[in-house]
Amino acid sequence: MSAARTKEQIAAAIARDIPAGSFVNLGIGQPTLVADHLPPGSGVVLHTENGMLGMGPAARGGPDDPLDPDLTNAGKIPVTALPGASYFHQADSFAMMRGGHLDVCVLGAFQVSVRGDLANWHTGEPDAIPAVGGAMDLAIGAKQVFVMMTLFANDGTPKLVPTCTYPLTGLGCVSRLYTDLATFEVGAGGVRLLEAFGTTRDELTERLGVDLG
Amino acid sequence: MVTICDSAAEAVADVADGSTVLVGGFGPAGMPFTLIDALIDQGATDLTVVSNNAGNADVGLAALLAKGRVRKVVCSYPRQVDSWVFDALYREGRIELELVPQGNLAERMRAAGAGIGAFFCPTGVGTPLAEGKETREIDGRTYVLEMPIKGDVALVCAHRADRAGNLVYRRTARNFGPVMATAAATTVVQVSEVVDVGEIDPEVVVTPGIYVDRVVVA
Repeated sequence: MSAARTKEQIAAAIARDIPAGSFVNLGIGQPTLVADHLPPGSGVVLHTENGMLGMGPAARGGPDDPLDPDLTNAGKIPVTALPGASYFHQADSFAMMRGGHLDVCVLGAFQVSVRGDLANWHTGEPDAIPAVGGAMDLAIGAKQVFVMMTLFANDGTPKLVPTCTYPLTGLGCVSRLYTDLATFEVGAGGVRLLEAFGTTRDELTERLGVDLG
Repeated sequence: MVTICDSAAEAVADVADGSTVLVGGFGPAGMPFTLIDALIDQGATDLTVVSNNAGNADVGLAALLAKGRVRKVVCSYPRQVDSWVFDALYREGRIELELVPQGNLAERMRAAGAGIGAFFCPTGVGTPLAEGKETREIDGRTYVLEMPIKGDVALVCAHRADRAGNLVYRRTARNFGPVMATAAATTVVQVSEVVDVGEIDPEVVVTPGIYVDRVVVA
């Protein structure tokens, strides 16, 4: 039995499942790790919703290559542009999602339901200040939505759930769920366990309390 | 007809109390800092601000908020590591927030600028941000009715203007600028430089001068 996956191993697994030549948006936070694992020559083009296709790695800064405040990613971190990059305004950027032109997006989540509902923008706590950004547009716009997260919260609560209890980001939008302990397919037909790491199907079924297909 | 202003103060002199102000920028990238500082000095208050964020650190939009000039913020992502000015006002109940998904924010302004009365959009279906809005099923998919957002004034940061008001932007600082420029009754633009007509290739103009009312070098 293999061990639970690290964040880097989850990112590498996602990178392997992204078809060559795809147009891909990587969400803020852990999903950005996926970029480091895309093989050279994959032809994957990264989209950042603040207005660029062909995003390169984070900018390093330095005397020969100062950080450019006019060239940032969706997390407002200075990045680079690769040869063949393009810039565009916000209405175009989101039309690329809604219009079905983006092949894959990878997002983090608080909860994913067995039917592929996504909750990732708001904890719903009364004193929390809500912020949604592009999450709702990405969730319903990309042809495939992959989620990258730990399978259980710090307190042991499952994050793959029969029904989301956190405020929803999108209905039935997630197709695949990559976690430290397992990879799943989710959707209208329910959840299906594809691979487990450091645990078994029986253990997962018991801890999650859902039928794993 | 575009006016090349001598100062940012002149460019924002007539912004009225109670105006809806579209403020460009995605965080600091593309934020029209000079125009906002001029608006602070000008004194207009009771403003509704439409912008992607609700200010960063203590400068730009955050400084306008800190002066108590903003009644309501319409934005997609107010909460950030350096949004303490907005966070405090919001928790004290001193500012209203309309949270809009980022793509809807852009498209609602695009609609306003293009004369579209409203549009059906799949974003947010089944979520709290679509509650109370009209929905319609079209070809088997559910859409939410979204209304245009029109500004009285847009404050935009571009890279270069010619004397006809044609604009080009710089890298991802373009973000909301081109959409906001179309969606306001008066569009005010700060640029790094103004060049003579003919010096910007018509093939690369991003915002045609028809959308621009005032330009100031900042």
